[in-house]
Amino acid sequence: MYVYQEYDQQLLEERVAQYRDQTRRYLAGELSEDEFLALRLQNGLYIQRYAPMLRISVPYGLLASRQLRRLAHIVRTYDKGFCHVSTRQNIQLNWPAVEEVPDILAELADVQMHAIQTSGNCIRNITTDEYAGVNPREIEDPRPWCEIIRQWSTFNPEFAYLPRKFKIAVNAVADADPALIGVHDIGVQLVHGANGETGFQVWAGGGLGRTPMTGAVIGEFVPWQHLLAYLEAILRVYNKYGNRDNKYKARIKILVKALGADKYRELVEAEFAELKDGPMTLTAEEVDRVKACFTDPDYRTVDTAEVDAKLASDKAFSRWYHTNTRAHKQAGYRAVTLTLKKTGRVPGDITDEELEAVADLADQFSFGELRNSHQQNMVLSDVPADQLYALWQQLDALGFATPNLGLLTDIVCCPGGDLCALANAKSIPVAESIQRRFDDMDYVHDLGALDLNISGCMNACGHHHIGHIGILGVDKKGKEFYQVTLGGRGDKVSLVGEKMGPSFEADEITDVVEKIIHLYVEKRLENEPFIDTYERIGMAPFKERVYG
Amino acid sequence: MAKLILDGAIVDNQWQRLDADALANGLPDGKVIVPLDYWQSHRQALLERTDVGVCLEPGEEPRDLVDDLEALPLVAIHFPAFKDGRGYSYARELRTRFGFKGEVRAVGDVLRDQLFYMQRCGFNAFEVRADRNIEEALSGLKDFSVTYQGDVNDPRPLYRRA
Ligand code: SF4
Repeated sequence: MYVYQEYDQQLLEERVAQYRDQTRRYLAGELSEDEFLALRLQNGLYIQRYAPMLRISVPYGLLASRQLRRLAHIVRTYDKGFCHVSTRQNIQLNWPAVEEVPDILAELADVQMHAIQTSGNCIRNITTDEYAGVNPREIEDPRPWCEIIRQWSTFNPEFAYLPRKFKIAVNAVADADPALIGVHDIGVQLVHGANGETGFQVWAGGGLGRTPMTGAVIGEFVPWQHLLAYLEAILRVYNKYGNRDNKYKARIKILVKALGADKYRELVEAEFAELKDGPMTLTAEEVDRVKACFTDPDYRTVDTAEVDAKLASDKAFSRWYHTNTRAHKQAGYRAVTLTLKKTGRVPGDITDEELEAVADLADQFSFGELRNSHQQNMVLSDVPADQLYALWQQLDALGFATPNLGLLTDIVCCPGGDLCALANAKSIPVAESIQRRFDDMDYVHDLGALDLNISGCMNACGHHHIGHIGILGVDKKGKEFYQVTLGGRGDKVSLVGEKMGPSFEADEITDVVEKIIHLYVEKRLENEPFIDTYERIGMAPFKERVYG
Repeated sequence: MAKLILDGAIVDNQWQRLDADALANGLPDGKVIVPLDYWQSHRQALLERTDVGVCLEPGEEPRDLVDDLEALPLVAIHFPAFKDGRGYSYARELRTRFGFKGEVRAVGDVLRDQLFYMQRCGFNAFEVRADRNIEEALSGLKDFSVTYQGDVNDPRPLYRRA
């Protein structure tokens, strides 16, 4: 994990002081609503339907156990005792008081956390694969690069008032897109050049929300030394030419689309030509310094005989193992996902006591670290196989061992109309209704890999466009309706799904999902996952089944 | 006389900024800041004087002035709303791309909480919005002692300073 230097800490403390003063001036009437709005958003504070919402930054999803304990303390002291894991790997509090936010920030700063740039029209948290650093398929650990980008983007003076929000993700897996770089404003793909040197393929112009689309490759191969200069070039072009008159046309995707990728590249290359080899050029010393924060923990030799025996004899354990744990680059280790998706739990929600329990588990089983995933789960990334059985029993007792990772009931779902002021419709009850309908775990397993995502409005916080099945809440004359998309992907590639047709009422939507599933079961070939069946047979049969 | 922040101190504003309407009656004597299109259409005559500056609106870029920067004592950049961040890139380009040495002045919706960023992008003069306390705004220039990136005042990012 990145180790804070004195200056990193100093910066956070100065930030707390600055924000405390901004809040004071706002409460004293010295700042207008509109002026404070921009300032508080840059600090992740929204005013929501019932209360403010504070989004706490979790850089590339990585958390230490002491940070989890501090979060537990914060949600207990300043909120209602629970928080929410967001689809951008952050943590959200739903009920903080505006006046108390400076105190919350001070508590966070103590453990090297903050809410800097978690909202607003600036560069947001940098995200990556939740298995970064342990994924056997990655070509290199992406986290040091995420951290380098994080520092460059933090209070970058030129890019604090962009036309619109700006999200960057980094991926290091060659043949899959676990970081969803295809649907980010900038996607950074780690690649190796002809001589094995590290470089980046840089995408721009992807995004969900209104007008979802995948990005285009702008930089084919950017040598590592020039990563920041290249990003700066892309941002400067966007800052100058992005649309500022219409918020719905302000994302970089619209600009890239309007100019065309070739023209955008030409503008970027012109900026880049000036920045390249300038003072922004990364030094080997700096990269090594950051990389040294992400070295392997003390792995040991693990005897797997016992766990192999358990796998053969204990069916429930075996199911969990095969569903909720993933291969690890280190022999004898597994990455374990804690599914925050047990029926009855709001997807991604976790209480103060649970945070503390998870912190203990991280200390006991996984070198004191944990990650948030963009599927709103949590990951213990370095668990020795001989500890898996003991861990599983504890997770089961806590309700974090529901063996549904990547399956239909592992629903990704934004807070929606129950909490969010922007929502057109509720999303949480829809998720729960679907989970209740598909309560037979054998059946859910038989269905295999299936991503179902729900967003309460066009903003797509639930990433509905990239769900194999996506559900979007829409408002029709004050009534909640739901639109269904099929064929989205956020797995091997990022792909925007296709709208099925007219939307459905709340009490129809679970039946619709069931019809879609039934058709899939009828049509699938042996071992064919849902998304492959969909890509083979297309939309028409699904449409016919649902509307026919 | 109105005040402004110049090079970190509060001083009298010596310059008068005029829009097209005000200029319809001709150009007054003394230090004046004129819109870009006025500058462009009266360029020859104005280049004779050393007390005329130009104001860029969002969408008007420093490169539109590239041949005149040597002669200009001042370029103002207008922020019609503080949330329109184009001016940050313009200031930066003026300084680092075109090496402009004169005064770069932020005008319009210029507020304390943006001054630190503005200064880092190359502004050295700030016409703080008239309804705000300029002394208070001055402290905005000192919000942070730590910066990660290089900027116009020190192009070295933190990892090259040390
Ligand atoms: S998708 Fe819409 S409803 Fe859901 S959290 Fe985002 S803004 Fe709110």
